[in-house]
Amino acid sequence: MTPTDKAGAAPGTLRDGRRLRIRTGDGRGVPLPLLLPALAGLAFLLVPLAGLLVRTPWHSLPGLLAGAQVWQALQLSLICATAATAVSLVVGVPLAWLLARVEFPGRGLVRALVTLPLVLPPVVGGVALLMALGRNGIVGQWLDSWFGITLPFTTAGVVVAEAFVALPFLVISVEGTLRAADPRYEEAAATLGASRFTAFRRVTLPLIAPGIAAGAVLAWARALGEFGATITFAGNFPGRTQTMPLAVYLALQSDPEAAIALSLVLLAVSIAVLAALRDRWVAAG
Amino acid sequence: MTRTVRRNHRNHRTLHAAGAGVAALLALSACSSSGGSAAAEPDSPASAGGSDPGKVTGDVTVFAAASLKESFEKLGREFERQHPGTKVTFSFGGSDSLAASITGGAPADVFASASPRTMKIVTDAGDASGTPATFVRNRLQIATLPGNPDKIGSLKDLTDPNLKVVLCDKTVPCGAAAQKALDASKLELTPVSYEEDVKSALTKVVLKEADAAVVYRTDVKAAGEKVEGVEFPEAAGAVNDYPVTVLEDASNPVAAKAFIELVQSPEGQRVLTEAGFLQP
Amino acid sequence: MTGNHGAAAEEARAGFRADGLDARLVVERGTRPGGGAAFRLDVTLTVAPGEVVALLGPNGAGKTTALRALAGLMPLTEGHLRLDGVALERTPPESRPVGVVFQDYLLFPHLTALDNVAFGPRCQGASKAAARAQAAAWLDRLGLAAHAGAKPRKLSGGQAQRVALARALATHPRLLLLDEPLAALDARTRLEVRAQLRRHLADFEAVAVLVTHDPLDAMVLADRLVVVEEGRIVQEGSPSDIARHPRTDYIAQLVGLNLYRGKADGHTVRLDTGPLLTTTEALTGPVYVAFPPNAVTLHRDRPTGSSARNLWRCEVGGLETHGDQIRAVLTGELPLAADLTTVAAAELDLYPGAEVWAAVKATQTHAYPV
Repeated sequence: MTPTDKAGAAPGTLRDGRRLRIRTGDGRGVPLPLLLPALAGLAFLLVPLAGLLVRTPWHSLPGLLAGAQVWQALQLSLICATAATAVSLVVGVPLAWLLARVEFPGRGLVRALVTLPLVLPPVVGGVALLMALGRNGIVGQWLDSWFGITLPFTTAGVVVAEAFVALPFLVISVEGTLRAADPRYEEAAATLGASRFTAFRRVTLPLIAPGIAAGAVLAWARALGEFGATITFAGNFPGRTQTMPLAVYLALQSDPEAAIALSLVLLAVSIAVLAALRDRWVAAG
Repeated sequence: MTRTVRRNHRNHRTLHAAGAGVAALLALSACSSSGGSAAAEPDSPASAGGSDPGKVTGDVTVFAAASLKESFEKLGREFERQHPGTKVTFSFGGSDSLAASITGGAPADVFASASPRTMKIVTDAGDASGTPATFVRNRLQIATLPGNPDKIGSLKDLTDPNLKVVLCDKTVPCGAAAQKALDASKLELTPVSYEEDVKSALTKVVLKEADAAVVYRTDVKAAGEKVEGVEFPEAAGAVNDYPVTVLEDASNPVAAKAFIELVQSPEGQRVLTEAGFLQP
Repeated sequence: MTGNHGAAAEEARAGFRADGLDARLVVERGTRPGGGAAFRLDVTLTVAPGEVVALLGPNGAGKTTALRALAGLMPLTEGHLRLDGVALERTPPESRPVGVVFQDYLLFPHLTALDNVAFGPRCQGASKAAARAQAAAWLDRLGLAAHAGAKPRKLSGGQAQRVALARALATHPRLLLLDEPLAALDARTRLEVRAQLRRHLADFEAVAVLVTHDPLDAMVLADRLVVVEEGRIVQEGSPSDIARHPRTDYIAQLVGLNLYRGKADGHTVRLDTGPLLTTTEALTGPVYVAFPPNAVTLHRDRPTGSSARNLWRCEVGGLETHGDQIRAVLTGELPLAADLTTVAAAELDLYPGAEVWAAVKATQTHAYPV
């Protein structure tokens, strides 16, 4: 942007020279070419939510929510999403560190592979998980015959499916923060006698904590809403693998009102959790 | 050109582009919402079958239950051969899911569901034109791993706790029928999963993730050697009637009717019976 | 967790010969099209314990590279590095008994000053309480006790510099490295901090090497100067030595001398650029000749009957203010810099392009062998 742009000339000028402005807190106008698309984007996101609220059968809501299935699905959803986020943190942060700080051959390829679950349709992800960890999967068959561990159709399977789709969000977010963080602090720590791991633990980690928190929130939200991979890999059974998104989808076929009620519950819980995470804790970098 | 003038040009262009984008979006939504008015698209003669009442031509969209996949695709090709200039597009899925789409405004000409209950969703909403007619019936069958290693012989065998059995969800016709059969024989079966449509249930067995699934005869037949079918007597008490109808908002009602006629014709019935369906 | 800092330091103390630093640092970086390294540093450093050496040089000379190599943050292509008799070439930085004060301090932003200083001792194995006690003592010694609980962003430049110094010293290093220690400070703070730093360095018993481009910092803080240009040492010696006998243009400019090379034959030197110069020393062979700008007198007309044997005709190239004096940069027969008072400059009516005669007394020149 040229300095003259910053001074607030021309942008937002209508043909006849009149100026259209909305004043921001410091008295400077918001440029129209930014304001209009921003409002459109906001509307695009909020109107469907408003639709949901408007169409909610408020009078029959208590009855619809009375069923145990609702709370079972909600509890399962929250537990699995949190577990999936925890798994993602444990493996994701070190992976992000590796990608950001260590130069190894094929690093670009590895980075691309990590983002693969993002472009894969979730159902395809679920099928891939079956191929790998299913009863006859390339790894799964050993898990089954040696340890008796099966993942499909179990709650653990739900966590695996959700972690699969949520991990890339965390890795990308943390890697971005790491790259922006000054690596010289780690050098300073080294000259003070800290091993690489100590430097990571006591210097890097506290510095990138906001970025990790932001990534974790993203991952949690993604895991909570996951449907395709979950239903394909873990199946659908109330109390064990039926998360809220699955319950909503199935309810939609037979009882749309129930589906809306369920969606509302999911929305309310998500908003409560995300709003509770204060801005300054998750501001990246 | 001074910087200010250039900037003004840029801003005006941006506004124009934004305006054009919004206009395009509005136009698109207008086009897609009115599926019924054939006159809304006068410039695409291929899709408007209403211009010549006698000739069957144009695109036909058929929503059909997942279990009809193989047979309907065969019939679709036959239809296109019999009526050159037509194109049949299918959307297969759980009948309940399709019904919900139709009442939600999805554009389709024909709806063939796997149970009267799911068809009722559409007729109750007033989206069906005329009365639906039953064109085939389907019987349940147990699908097991090739060679039936667990030696499953009856519905009761499925209640073995060591077996991983998959059922369709009760909201899906296949699941409702299975539940009916189980209730009739007073059996308690806890599956590992309730699948969203019959093909998903079958796939679990094909992938060898599940030991058995309760699906339709037609699905077992369609899967060929990948699964083995096991008949069970209780299935006779839970046969599903498959109704079919032209939809109210069909953009090509002439071709839609013609397709249904093909389905109900001896030729169509032969294809369906070969697939394992029962005559209505 | 503690790194090997403790172990290597122990070893250093065990084979402790208090030999100080003995290093030859060869670092090659980058590549040139057609093969060969784009930059090659090759310096030999020997510093005794208690000595403070300044690496002085222009930007890009390789001083920071040398410092990083000493710290272990950059690998040596060739050479050796022995500190108190212990070879450290292959030792990682966390195991070297080396402390670094970085140019922008790099204080950990999420830790208080106290915890910053306690960081090193904790890495060496001290408990949290013990480390904090040590840190508090160091901060006290540097006059920062009041700021122990402050986060780095709340500290002024001078305070941050002292915390960085305390942090490096808290690990009891056998080699203290300082990278442009006063560069980040404004002029007034620099005066004060320079004086304080000098005292702290004087108290420091082990080897200290500081890197700077500011000659005043080098002269005040160091016992010995090592001038590095383009990866090589061009001169080393005490500050006064170097100031009086500069051997490169850079150094001459730094210390504010006019410097020339020539061939001496008795009292006469034929400068490489042509003119003759008379000096008091009688030498033969290649020599440097230097004289300060304030030894030059300027005349509008050619002086006659003057005792100055050295006289040249020049043109005023430019005029600069230096405090209350004017420095005239002259071109012509012999390019040189001359200092004169503002009054004198006005009386002579000097302006760029004006013709002047420059004279220097032979007694004020200084010739020395190359």
